[in-house]
Amino acid sequence: MSFWEVTVFLFDGFLISLLIFGVTLLCGAPLGLPIAFCSMSKYKVVRNTSKVIVWIVRGVPLMLQIFIIYYVPGLLFQFPLFSKVDQFFFLNWGISDAGRIMAVLIAFTLNYACYFSEIYRGGIESIPKGQYEAGYVLGLTKSQIFRKIILKQVIQRIVPPMSNEIITLIKDTALANCIIVCEIIKQAKELAATKAMVWPLFYTGVFYLIFVGLLTIVLGRLEKKLSYFRS
Amino acid sequence: MALLTVENIKKSFGKTEVLKGITFSLEKGEVLSIIGSSGSGKTTLLRCLNFLETPQMGCITVNGETLFDAADSRTLSEAAIRLNRLHFGLVFQQFNLFPQYTVKQNITLAEELLAKEHIKKTGSYCGHTDYHEAVAAIDKKADGLLEEVGLSDKRDNYPCQLSGGQQQRVAIARALAMEPDILCFDEPTSALDPELTGEVLRVIRELKKAGRTMIIVTHEMEFARDVSDTVMFMDGGVVAEMGPPEQVIGNPQNSRTKEFLSRFNER
Repeated sequence: MSFWEVTVFLFDGFLISLLIFGVTLLCGAPLGLPIAFCSMSKYKVVRNTSKVIVWIVRGVPLMLQIFIIYYVPGLLFQFPLFSKVDQFFFLNWGISDAGRIMAVLIAFTLNYACYFSEIYRGGIESIPKGQYEAGYVLGLTKSQIFRKIILKQVIQRIVPPMSNEIITLIKDTALANCIIVCEIIKQAKELAATKAMVWPLFYTGVFYLIFVGLLTIVLGRLEKKLSYFRS
Repeated sequence: MALLTVENIKKSFGKTEVLKGITFSLEKGEVLSIIGSSGSGKTTLLRCLNFLETPQMGCITVNGETLFDAADSRTLSEAAIRLNRLHFGLVFQQFNLFPQYTVKQNITLAEELLAKEHIKKTGSYCGHTDYHEAVAAIDKKADGLLEEVGLSDKRDNYPCQLSGGQQQRVAIARALAMEPDILCFDEPTSALDPELTGEVLRVIRELKKAGRTMIIVTHEMEFARDVSDTVMFMDGGVVAEMGPPEQVIGNPQNSRTKEFLSRFNER
Protein backbone atom coordinates (compact mmCIF):
# COMPACT_ATOMS: atom_id res chain seq x y z
CA MET A 1 0.00 0.00 0.00
CA SER A 2 1.29 3.39 -0.92
CA PHE A 3 1.44 6.32 1.48
CA TRP A 4 -1.49 7.90 -0.32
CA GLU A 5 -3.61 4.73 -0.09
CA VAL A 6 -2.90 4.49 3.65
CA THR A 7 -3.86 8.14 4.07
CA VAL A 8 -7.17 7.61 2.30
CA PHE A 9 -7.84 4.44 4.29
CA LEU A 10 -7.14 6.21 7.58
CA PHE A 11 -9.15 9.24 6.52
CA ASP A 12 -12.18 6.98 6.08
CA GLY A 13 -11.80 6.10 9.75
CA PHE A 14 -11.23 9.71 10.72
CA LEU A 15 -14.58 10.62 9.14
CA ILE A 16 -16.20 8.29 11.69
CA SER A 17 -14.20 10.02 14.44
CA LEU A 18 -15.45 13.37 13.15
CA LEU A 19 -19.01 12.07 13.04
CA ILE A 20 -18.84 11.03 16.69
CA PHE A 21 -17.24 14.38 17.52
CA GLY A 22 -19.87 16.40 15.65
CA VAL A 23 -22.94 14.58 16.92
CA THR A 24 -21.70 14.57 20.51
CA LEU A 25 -21.06 18.29 20.38
CA LEU A 26 -24.34 19.09 18.63
CA CYS A 27 -26.47 16.98 20.98
CA GLY A 28 -24.41 17.03 24.17
CA ALA A 29 -23.90 20.79 24.40
CA PRO A 30 -27.64 21.65 24.42
CA LEU A 31 -28.49 18.62 26.58
CA GLY A 32 -26.04 19.89 29.19
CA LEU A 33 -28.18 22.98 29.81
CA PRO A 34 -31.28 21.27 31.27
CA ILE A 35 -28.99 19.04 33.34
CA ALA A 36 -27.26 22.16 34.67
CA PHE A 37 -30.61 23.72 35.56
CA CYS A 38 -31.69 20.53 37.31
CA SER A 39 -28.45 20.55 39.32
CA MET A 40 -29.30 24.10 40.43
CA SER A 41 -33.02 23.43 41.01
CA LYS A 42 -34.58 24.65 44.24
CA TYR A 43 -36.30 21.27 44.55
CA LYS A 44 -34.09 18.91 46.47
CA VAL A 45 -35.32 15.77 44.68
CA VAL A 46 -34.58 17.19 41.23
CA ARG A 47 -31.25 18.59 42.35
CA ASN A 48 -30.08 15.38 43.99
CA THR A 49 -31.24 13.12 41.15
CA SER A 50 -29.35 15.28 38.70
CA LYS A 51 -26.26 15.29 40.89
CA VAL A 52 -26.29 11.51 41.28
CA ILE A 53 -26.57 11.04 37.50
CA VAL A 54 -23.69 13.44 36.92
CA TRP A 55 -21.67 11.64 39.58
CA ILE A 56 -22.21 8.23 37.97
CA VAL A 57 -21.58 9.42 34.43
CA ARG A 58 -18.43 11.30 35.40
CA GLY A 59 -17.33 8.59 37.79
CA VAL A 60 -17.36 5.61 35.43
CA PRO A 61 -14.86 5.25 32.56
CA LEU A 62 -16.36 6.27 29.23
CA MET A 63 -15.23 2.96 27.73
CA LEU A 64 -17.27 1.07 30.31
CA GLN A 65 -20.27 3.29 29.54
CA ILE A 66 -19.99 2.38 25.87
CA PHE A 67 -20.00 -1.32 26.79
CA ILE A 68 -23.00 -0.81 29.07
CA ILE A 69 -25.08 1.04 26.47
CA TYR A 70 -24.15 -1.49 23.80
CA TYR A 71 -24.74 -4.71 25.75
CA VAL A 72 -27.48 -3.86 28.26
CA PRO A 73 -30.51 -4.08 25.90
CA GLY A 74 -29.46 -7.62 24.93
CA LEU A 75 -28.45 -8.75 28.43
CA LEU A 76 -31.39 -7.35 30.38
CA PHE A 77 -34.21 -7.49 27.86
CA GLN A 78 -33.02 -10.23 25.53
CA PHE A 79 -33.18 -7.63 22.79
CA PRO A 80 -29.75 -6.81 21.32
CA LEU A 81 -30.99 -3.50 19.92
CA PHE A 82 -27.74 -2.27 18.49
CA SER A 83 -26.72 -5.47 16.68
CA LYS A 84 -30.22 -5.56 15.20
CA VAL A 85 -29.78 -2.00 13.93
CA ASP A 86 -26.38 -3.07 12.57
CA GLN A 87 -27.97 -5.94 10.63
CA PHE A 88 -30.90 -3.86 9.46
CA PHE A 89 -28.71 -1.14 7.98
CA PHE A 90 -26.35 -3.65 6.45
CA LEU A 91 -29.08 -5.74 4.82
CA ASN A 92 -31.02 -2.76 3.50
CA TRP A 93 -28.34 -0.28 2.50
CA GLY A 94 -25.07 -2.13 2.86
CA ILE A 95 -23.99 0.24 5.65
CA SER A 96 -21.91 -1.46 8.31
CA ASP A 97 -21.41 -0.42 11.95
CA ALA A 98 -24.59 1.73 12.11
CA GLY A 99 -25.91 0.17 15.33
CA ARG A 100 -22.59 0.25 17.08
CA ILE A 101 -21.98 3.84 16.06
CA MET A 102 -25.40 4.63 17.48
CA ALA A 103 -24.49 3.07 20.82
CA VAL A 104 -21.26 5.07 20.87
CA LEU A 105 -23.13 8.28 20.04
CA ILE A 106 -25.58 7.73 22.90
CA ALA A 107 -22.80 6.99 25.39
CA PHE A 108 -20.72 9.99 24.25
CA THR A 109 -23.66 12.39 24.22
CA LEU A 110 -24.71 11.42 27.75
CA ASN A 111 -21.17 11.53 29.04
CA TYR A 112 -20.29 14.88 27.53
CA ALA A 113 -23.66 16.42 28.39
CA CYS A 114 -22.85 15.77 32.05
CA TYR A 115 -19.38 17.31 31.77
CA PHE A 116 -20.80 20.30 29.90
CA SER A 117 -23.56 20.69 32.49
CA GLU A 118 -20.98 21.14 35.22
CA ILE A 119 -19.16 23.76 33.16
CA TYR A 120 -22.46 25.59 32.58
CA ARG A 121 -23.34 25.38 36.25
CA GLY A 122 -19.98 26.80 37.25
CA GLY A 123 -20.40 29.58 34.70
CA ILE A 124 -23.91 30.49 35.75
CA GLU A 125 -23.09 30.42 39.45
CA SER A 126 -20.04 32.63 38.93
CA ILE A 127 -22.16 35.58 37.75
CA PRO A 128 -22.51 38.01 40.65
CA LYS A 129 -25.96 38.33 42.27
CA GLY A 130 -25.84 42.05 41.59
CA GLN A 131 -26.39 41.44 37.88
CA TYR A 132 -29.71 39.75 38.60
CA GLU A 133 -30.71 42.42 41.10
CA ALA A 134 -29.87 45.22 38.68
CA GLY A 135 -32.18 43.50 36.20
CA TYR A 136 -34.95 43.07 38.75
CA VAL A 137 -34.99 46.70 39.87
CA LEU A 138 -35.26 47.77 36.22
CA GLY A 139 -38.43 45.68 35.99
CA LEU A 140 -37.04 42.80 33.92
CA THR A 141 -38.49 39.30 34.24
CA LYS A 142 -36.44 36.32 35.31
CA SER A 143 -36.24 34.97 31.79
CA GLN A 144 -35.34 38.37 30.29
CA ILE A 145 -32.55 38.68 32.84
CA PHE A 146 -31.20 35.27 31.92
CA ARG A 147 -31.43 35.76 28.17
CA LYS A 148 -30.38 39.40 27.91
CA ILE A 149 -27.93 39.82 30.76
CA ILE A 150 -26.61 36.58 32.20
CA LEU A 151 -26.25 34.31 29.15
CA LYS A 152 -23.59 36.23 27.27
CA GLN A 153 -21.49 36.67 30.39
CA VAL A 154 -21.77 32.94 31.04
CA ILE A 155 -20.74 32.16 27.46
CA GLN A 156 -17.71 34.40 27.79
CA ARG A 157 -16.69 32.65 30.98
CA ILE A 158 -17.20 29.08 29.77
CA VAL A 159 -15.40 29.33 26.43
CA PRO A 160 -11.97 28.39 27.87
CA PRO A 161 -13.16 25.32 29.84
CA MET A 162 -15.44 24.29 26.94
CA SER A 163 -12.51 24.53 24.53
CA ASN A 164 -10.59 22.20 26.76
CA GLU A 165 -13.44 19.70 26.83
CA ILE A 166 -13.99 19.93 23.07
CA ILE A 167 -10.32 19.19 22.40
CA THR A 168 -10.52 16.20 24.73
CA LEU A 169 -13.61 15.01 22.85
CA ILE A 170 -11.92 14.48 19.50
CA LYS A 171 -9.26 12.35 21.17
CA ASP A 172 -11.85 10.42 23.20
CA THR A 173 -13.51 9.25 19.98
CA ALA A 174 -10.73 6.64 19.78
CA LEU A 175 -12.58 4.82 22.59
CA ALA A 176 -15.23 3.78 20.05
CA ASN A 177 -12.92 1.04 18.86
CA CYS A 178 -13.70 -0.93 22.05
CA ILE A 179 -16.90 -2.11 20.33
CA ILE A 180 -15.18 -2.37 16.95
CA VAL A 181 -16.37 0.87 15.40
CA CYS A 182 -14.05 1.64 12.51
CA GLU A 183 -12.72 4.98 13.64
CA ILE A 184 -9.20 5.99 12.68
CA ILE A 185 -7.25 3.98 15.26
CA LYS A 186 -9.28 0.87 14.54
CA GLN A 187 -8.40 1.36 10.86
CA ALA A 188 -4.71 1.63 11.69
CA LYS A 189 -4.87 -1.51 13.85
CA GLU A 190 -6.50 -3.23 10.89
CA LEU A 191 -3.48 -2.37 8.75
CA ALA A 192 -1.14 -3.64 11.43
CA ALA A 193 -3.02 -6.93 11.63
CA THR A 194 -3.58 -7.58 7.94
CA LYS A 195 -0.64 -5.86 6.24
CA ALA A 196 1.92 -5.97 9.06
CA MET A 197 2.25 -2.18 8.80
CA VAL A 198 2.80 -0.49 12.16
CA TRP A 199 3.69 3.02 11.07
CA PRO A 200 0.09 4.01 10.12
CA LEU A 201 -0.79 3.69 13.82
CA PHE A 202 1.61 6.51 14.61
CA TYR A 203 0.58 8.39 11.51
CA THR A 204 -2.96 8.73 12.92
CA GLY A 205 -1.53 11.25 15.39
CA VAL A 206 -1.07 13.69 12.51
CA PHE A 207 -4.81 13.66 11.78
CA TYR A 208 -5.63 14.48 15.39
CA LEU A 209 -2.95 17.16 15.54
CA ILE A 210 -4.19 18.93 12.43
CA PHE A 211 -7.79 18.85 13.63
CA VAL A 212 -6.91 20.05 17.13
CA GLY A 213 -4.82 22.80 15.51
CA LEU A 214 -7.87 23.97 13.57
CA LEU A 215 -10.07 23.77 16.68
CA THR A 216 -7.56 25.80 18.66
CA ILE A 217 -7.61 28.55 16.05
CA VAL A 218 -11.42 28.65 15.83
CA LEU A 219 -11.97 28.55 19.59
CA GLY A 220 -9.20 31.09 20.13
CA ARG A 221 -10.95 33.45 17.72
CA LEU A 222 -14.25 32.95 19.52
CA GLU A 223 -12.58 33.73 22.83
CA LYS A 224 -11.05 36.86 21.39
CA LYS A 225 -14.32 37.94 19.83
CA LEU A 226 -16.01 37.73 23.22
CA SER A 227 -13.27 39.59 25.04
CA TYR A 228 -14.59 43.04 24.10
CA PHE A 229 -16.14 43.26 27.55
CA ARG A 230 -14.82 42.37 30.95
CA SER A 231 -17.23 41.13 33.57
CA MET B 1 -50.58 63.45 50.83
CA ALA B 2 -47.15 61.96 51.16
CA LEU B 3 -45.64 60.39 48.04
CA LEU B 4 -44.32 57.41 49.98
CA THR B 5 -45.54 55.96 53.25
CA VAL B 6 -43.77 53.09 54.89
CA GLU B 7 -45.54 51.56 57.86
CA ASN B 8 -44.10 49.24 60.45
CA ILE B 9 -41.79 47.28 58.14
CA LYS B 10 -40.30 44.21 59.82
CA LYS B 11 -37.81 41.87 58.24
CA SER B 12 -35.92 38.90 59.68
CA PHE B 13 -33.37 36.61 58.14
CA GLY B 14 -33.79 33.34 60.00
CA LYS B 15 -33.69 34.28 63.66
CA THR B 16 -31.99 37.62 63.13
CA GLU B 17 -34.44 40.47 63.11
CA VAL B 18 -32.89 43.13 60.89
CA LEU B 19 -35.75 45.61 60.65
CA LYS B 20 -37.84 45.96 63.79
CA GLY B 21 -40.67 48.12 62.60
CA ILE B 22 -39.70 51.05 60.37
CA THR B 23 -42.21 53.82 59.78
CA PHE B 24 -41.67 57.01 57.81
CA SER B 25 -43.08 59.03 54.98
CA LEU B 26 -41.64 61.09 52.18
CA GLU B 27 -43.04 64.06 50.28
CA LYS B 28 -42.58 64.55 46.57
CA GLY B 29 -39.25 66.24 45.90
CA GLU B 30 -37.95 65.44 49.37
CA VAL B 31 -34.46 64.03 49.87
CA LEU B 32 -34.01 61.60 52.75
CA SER B 33 -30.59 60.44 53.88
CA ILE B 34 -30.25 57.33 55.98
CA ILE B 35 -27.17 57.08 58.17
CA GLY B 36 -26.08 54.53 60.73
CA SER B 37 -23.40 51.94 61.36
CA SER B 38 -23.16 48.82 59.22
CA GLY B 39 -25.63 46.15 60.23
CA SER B 40 -28.21 48.69 61.33
CA GLY B 41 -30.56 47.65 58.50
CA LYS B 42 -30.15 50.62 56.10
CA THR B 43 -29.47 48.49 53.03
CA THR B 44 -32.16 45.95 53.93
CA LEU B 45 -34.68 48.78 54.13
CA LEU B 46 -33.77 49.95 50.62
CA ARG B 47 -33.95 46.37 49.36
CA CYS B 48 -37.43 45.98 50.84
CA LEU B 49 -38.56 49.17 49.10
CA ASN B 50 -37.25 47.78 45.80
CA PHE B 51 -38.88 44.39 46.40
CA LEU B 52 -35.57 42.57 46.43
CA GLU B 53 -36.58 41.39 49.90
CA THR B 54 -40.08 40.68 51.14
CA PRO B 55 -40.81 42.06 54.60
CA GLN B 56 -42.70 39.81 57.03
CA MET B 57 -44.77 42.72 58.23
CA GLY B 58 -45.72 46.20 57.19
CA CYS B 59 -47.09 48.11 54.31
CA ILE B 60 -45.66 50.29 51.53
CA THR B 61 -47.80 52.91 49.80
CA VAL B 62 -46.82 55.13 46.88
CA ASN B 63 -49.10 57.90 45.63
CA GLY B 64 -51.96 56.43 47.62
CA GLU B 65 -51.56 53.05 45.96
CA THR B 66 -50.72 50.19 48.32
CA LEU B 67 -47.86 48.33 46.69
CA PHE B 68 -47.19 45.94 49.48
CA ASP B 69 -49.16 44.86 52.49
CA ALA B 70 -47.88 41.92 54.51
CA ALA B 71 -51.34 41.47 56.03
CA ASP B 72 -52.69 40.69 52.57
CA SER B 73 -52.27 36.95 52.28
CA ARG B 74 -52.40 36.88 48.48
CA THR B 75 -48.94 36.48 47.06
CA LEU B 76 -48.08 39.03 44.43
CA SER B 77 -47.68 37.75 40.90
CA GLU B 78 -44.34 38.29 39.18
CA ALA B 79 -45.99 40.84 36.89
CA ALA B 80 -47.36 42.81 39.85
CA ILE B 81 -43.96 42.84 41.58
CA ARG B 82 -42.39 44.11 38.35
CA LEU B 83 -44.88 46.98 38.15
CA ASN B 84 -44.26 47.81 41.82
CA ARG B 85 -40.53 47.85 41.28
CA LEU B 86 -40.83 50.51 38.60
CA HIS B 87 -42.01 53.02 41.22
CA PHE B 88 -38.52 52.80 42.69
CA GLY B 89 -35.08 53.03 41.18
CA LEU B 90 -31.99 51.68 42.88
CA VAL B 91 -28.36 52.68 42.43
CA PHE B 92 -26.07 50.03 43.87
CA GLN B 93 -22.84 50.38 45.79
CA GLN B 94 -21.13 48.13 43.22
CA PHE B 95 -22.77 49.86 40.18
CA ASN B 96 -23.80 46.49 38.65
CA LEU B 97 -23.68 47.76 35.09
CA PHE B 98 -24.20 45.12 32.40
CA PRO B 99 -20.65 44.56 31.10
CA GLN B 100 -21.57 43.30 27.62
CA TYR B 101 -23.56 46.40 26.73
CA THR B 102 -22.36 49.88 25.87
CA VAL B 103 -23.17 52.81 28.13
CA LYS B 104 -26.15 53.74 25.96
CA GLN B 105 -27.41 50.17 25.76
CA ASN B 106 -27.21 49.86 29.54
CA ILE B 107 -29.58 52.81 29.80
CA THR B 108 -32.03 51.73 27.09
CA LEU B 109 -32.15 47.93 27.53
CA ALA B 110 -34.90 47.73 30.13
CA GLU B 111 -37.18 50.29 28.53
CA GLU B 112 -36.77 48.77 25.08
CA LEU B 113 -37.86 45.40 26.44
CA LEU B 114 -40.80 47.07 28.18
CA ALA B 115 -41.79 48.89 24.98
CA LYS B 116 -41.62 45.69 22.95
CA GLU B 117 -43.87 43.92 25.44
CA HIS B 118 -46.38 46.77 25.61
CA ILE B 119 -46.66 47.11 21.84
CA LYS B 120 -47.16 43.38 21.51
CA LYS B 121 -49.81 43.32 24.23
CA THR B 122 -51.65 46.61 23.91
CA GLY B 123 -50.52 47.89 20.53
CA SER B 124 -48.77 50.99 21.81
CA TYR B 125 -46.14 52.29 24.18
CA CYS B 126 -46.12 55.96 25.25
CA GLY B 127 -48.05 56.87 22.12
CA HIS B 128 -45.83 54.90 19.78
CA THR B 129 -47.44 52.08 17.86
CA ASP B 130 -44.27 51.18 16.01
CA TYR B 131 -41.46 49.54 17.96
CA HIS B 132 -38.72 51.32 15.99
CA GLU B 133 -40.35 54.66 16.67
CA ALA B 134 -40.46 53.83 20.37
CA VAL B 135 -36.79 52.82 20.30
CA ALA B 136 -35.87 56.11 18.63
CA ALA B 137 -37.66 57.99 21.41
CA ILE B 138 -35.96 55.87 24.08
CA ASP B 139 -32.59 56.53 22.46
CA LYS B 140 -33.22 60.25 22.47
CA LYS B 141 -34.13 60.13 26.14
CA ALA B 142 -30.93 58.20 26.89
CA ASP B 143 -28.89 60.90 25.17
CA GLY B 144 -30.57 63.49 27.38
CA LEU B 145 -29.83 61.46 30.50
CA LEU B 146 -26.21 61.01 29.48
CA GLU B 147 -25.90 64.74 29.11
CA GLU B 148 -27.45 65.18 32.53
CA VAL B 149 -24.76 62.99 34.12
CA GLY B 150 -22.05 64.51 31.91
CA LEU B 151 -21.12 61.40 29.95
CA SER B 152 -22.29 62.14 26.42
CA ASP B 153 -18.82 61.37 25.06
CA LYS B 154 -18.83 57.88 26.63
CA ARG B 155 -22.06 56.82 24.95
CA ASP B 156 -20.53 53.95 22.97
CA ASN B 157 -17.95 52.82 25.51
CA TYR B 158 -18.21 49.62 27.50
CA PRO B 159 -18.38 49.81 31.30
CA CYS B 160 -14.91 48.27 31.67
CA GLN B 161 -13.48 51.30 29.85
CA LEU B 162 -14.86 53.71 32.44
CA SER B 163 -13.64 54.82 35.85
CA GLY B 164 -15.68 53.88 38.93
CA GLY B 165 -17.16 57.35 39.18
CA GLN B 166 -18.20 57.29 35.54
CA GLN B 167 -19.72 53.83 35.95
CA GLN B 168 -21.76 55.03 38.88
CA ARG B 169 -23.01 58.01 36.89
CA VAL B 170 -24.11 55.62 34.13
CA ALA B 171 -25.89 53.54 36.77
CA ILE B 172 -27.73 56.69 37.90
CA ALA B 173 -28.76 57.46 34.32
CA ARG B 174 -29.88 53.86 33.89
CA ALA B 175 -32.09 54.08 36.97
CA LEU B 176 -33.54 57.43 35.84
CA ALA B 177 -34.45 55.98 32.44
CA MET B 178 -37.29 54.00 33.98
CA GLU B 179 -38.66 57.26 35.44
CA PRO B 180 -39.05 56.04 39.01
CA ASP B 181 -41.08 58.04 41.52
CA ILE B 182 -38.38 57.55 44.10
CA LEU B 183 -34.71 57.01 43.39
CA CYS B 184 -32.77 55.07 46.02
CA PHE B 185 -29.01 55.07 46.47
CA ASP B 186 -27.26 52.33 48.41
CA GLU B 187 -23.94 53.85 49.53
CA PRO B 188 -23.29 55.17 46.02
CA THR B 189 -19.76 56.34 46.75
CA SER B 190 -18.50 53.60 49.10
CA ALA B 191 -16.82 51.61 46.33
CA LEU B 192 -15.11 54.67 44.87
CA ASP B 193 -11.69 56.20 45.36
CA PRO B 194 -12.03 59.39 47.41
CA GLU B 195 -11.13 61.59 44.44
CA LEU B 196 -13.98 60.07 42.41
CA THR B 197 -16.76 60.53 44.97
CA GLY B 198 -17.10 64.23 44.11
CA GLU B 199 -18.40 63.70 40.58
CA VAL B 200 -21.10 61.28 41.77
CA LEU B 201 -22.19 63.54 44.63
CA ARG B 202 -22.34 66.46 42.20
CA VAL B 203 -24.76 64.52 39.98
CA ILE B 204 -26.96 63.71 42.99
CA ARG B 205 -26.98 67.40 43.97
CA GLU B 206 -28.12 68.27 40.45
CA LEU B 207 -30.92 65.71 40.76
CA LYS B 208 -32.08 67.40 43.95
CA LYS B 209 -32.19 70.73 42.16
CA ALA B 210 -34.31 69.09 39.47
CA GLY B 211 -36.78 68.12 42.16
CA ARG B 212 -36.24 64.35 42.28
CA THR B 213 -37.46 62.42 45.29
CA MET B 214 -34.53 60.46 46.68
CA ILE B 215 -33.54 58.15 49.51
CA ILE B 216 -29.80 58.01 50.03
CA VAL B 217 -27.99 55.55 52.28
CA THR B 218 -24.62 57.13 52.85
CA HIS B 219 -21.58 57.49 55.05
CA GLU B 220 -20.76 60.93 53.65
CA MET B 221 -21.94 63.06 56.58
CA GLU B 222 -21.06 66.41 55.04
CA PHE B 223 -22.93 65.48 51.90
CA ALA B 224 -25.94 64.17 53.83
CA ARG B 225 -26.14 67.38 55.85
CA ASP B 226 -25.87 69.43 52.71
CA VAL B 227 -28.21 67.65 50.32
CA SER B 228 -30.99 66.21 52.45
CA ASP B 229 -34.22 67.65 53.75
CA THR B 230 -34.47 64.90 56.32
CA VAL B 231 -31.90 62.64 57.92
CA MET B 232 -32.77 59.30 59.45
CA PHE B 233 -30.39 57.64 61.89
CA MET B 234 -30.92 53.91 62.06
CA ASP B 235 -29.63 51.77 64.87
CA GLY B 236 -30.23 48.07 65.44
CA GLY B 237 -33.14 47.89 63.01
CA VAL B 238 -35.09 50.85 64.34
CA VAL B 239 -35.26 54.55 63.50
CA ALA B 240 -33.39 56.05 66.43
CA GLU B 241 -33.68 59.63 65.33
CA MET B 242 -35.16 61.46 62.39
CA GLY B 243 -35.39 65.11 61.50
CA PRO B 244 -33.80 67.95 59.62
CA PRO B 245 -30.03 67.56 59.07
CA GLU B 246 -29.14 70.52 61.33
CA GLN B 247 -30.75 68.62 64.16
CA VAL B 248 -29.78 64.98 63.53
CA ILE B 249 -26.22 65.64 62.36
CA GLY B 250 -25.65 69.11 63.83
CA ASN B 251 -27.24 68.69 67.22
CA PRO B 252 -28.26 65.08 67.84
CA GLN B 253 -30.62 64.38 70.72
CA ASN B 254 -30.37 60.60 70.87
CA SER B 255 -27.39 59.17 72.74
CA ARG B 256 -26.78 56.50 70.07
CA THR B 257 -26.72 59.16 67.36
CA LYS B 258 -24.23 61.21 69.37
CA GLU B 259 -22.03 58.16 69.87
CA PHE B 260 -22.16 57.23 66.17
CA LEU B 261 -21.33 60.74 65.00
CA SER B 262 -18.50 61.20 67.46
CA ARG B 263 -16.99 57.92 66.34
CA PHE B 264 -17.39 59.17 62.82
CA ASN B 265 -15.65 62.43 63.51
CA GLU B 266 -12.67 60.68 65.08
CA ARG B 267 -11.70 59.26 61.69
